[in-house]
Amino acid sequence: MLRLLEAWYHAGVALLGTYCRESYVMNVIDLIQQEQTKASVPDFRPGDTVKVHVKVVEGGKERIQVFEGVVIVREGGSSAESFTVRRVAHGVGVERTFLIHSPRVDKVEVTKRGIVRRSRLYYLADRIGKAARIKERKPVRASA
Amino acid sequence: MKNIIGRKVGMTSIFTAEGHSVPVTVLEVGPCHVVQRKTVATDGYEAVALSFGPVKAARMTKALLGHYGRAGVAPARRIIEFRQLIDGVAQGDTVRADAFEIGDRVDVVGISKGHGFSGGIKRHNFHGGGASHGSMIHRQPASNGDTNSGHTHKGSRRPGHYGVDRTTHQNLEIVRVDTERNLLLVRGPVPGPRNGIVRVSLSVKTASVKNKKVAA
Repeated sequence: MLRLLEAWYHAGVALLGTYCRESYVMNVIDLIQQEQTKASVPDFRPGDTVKVHVKVVEGGKERIQVFEGVVIVREGGSSAESFTVRRVAHGVGVERTFLIHSPRVDKVEVTKRGIVRRSRLYYLADRIGKAARIKERKPVRASA
Repeated sequence: MKNIIGRKVGMTSIFTAEGHSVPVTVLEVGPCHVVQRKTVATDGYEAVALSFGPVKAARMTKALLGHYGRAGVAPARRIIEFRQLIDGVAQGDTVRADAFEIGDRVDVVGISKGHGFSGGIKRHNFHGGGASHGSMIHRQPASNGDTNSGHTHKGSRRPGHYGVDRTTHQNLEIVRVDTERNLLLVRGPVPGPRNGIVRVSLSVKTASVKNKKVAA
């Protein structure tokens, strides 16, 4: 009796496995979000220094503006993913948030990799000068 | 006039051509069939009855099956009548998402989410009293008006059942039309829970010039 139950249990688990694998269909929201995402996004994380090339419309003309600074946070997922870059311009801290998949973000260039021990570097805002430095992470292998 | 029945799929955001991120509600609309075209001669008023949502024929009553059969359309889960006629649509026809175009302004009617028995703060946006310092009035509705009249005024705002009301959101912009998947992407939120049935028709406020042209 016990063996029979065991056999049923295993059959049930196997069936559930195939069911979950094969019948997983992306829902409409997922599909729409997937269509919004860019084909490739450079690999960067908090602590890295990046150059963000932003399309700016000025007086009916479009040009590219570069915003360089440290990535302090990456948030959200799928088409809504965003990242915040912090730079100190003329002694004033400036933080700008970009949507990674926005058509206005033309390009993100990684100029430096950093070693940090948390995912949100909000503490940088409280530090000035030398204290706000981030150790550089030397590439072990050629960066992808 | 354009009318259609749909199902709320959920919300997300999409990027416009200019690069703006726009919050949208995804509505799966149609395909809707015209089950009945009511006329003044036969019914005393003008209306179109649209059907929406697949259902097993075996689950229907014979009376309803006959009703669908007469129109020559498949049995459906819901029938909703629209008093505004749809241009060039007769009994048995199908209405799809492509009836709408980008930039149309629409009113979306749904049944709002249920909040159960709710207090004045949630239900009527009361401010509530102080939390401490011996306030003793925390989330209570406090005064209910004058007592001199000896009775409570009609329509005074009290705690009670909140939600599950027919709710209309007016003048929503259609951001995208997906004819392949029969989807309408409407800017902003829409009343009701996910999978709730909503009715979509051109806005009565007809804010855009385009809508006025259609109405004329």
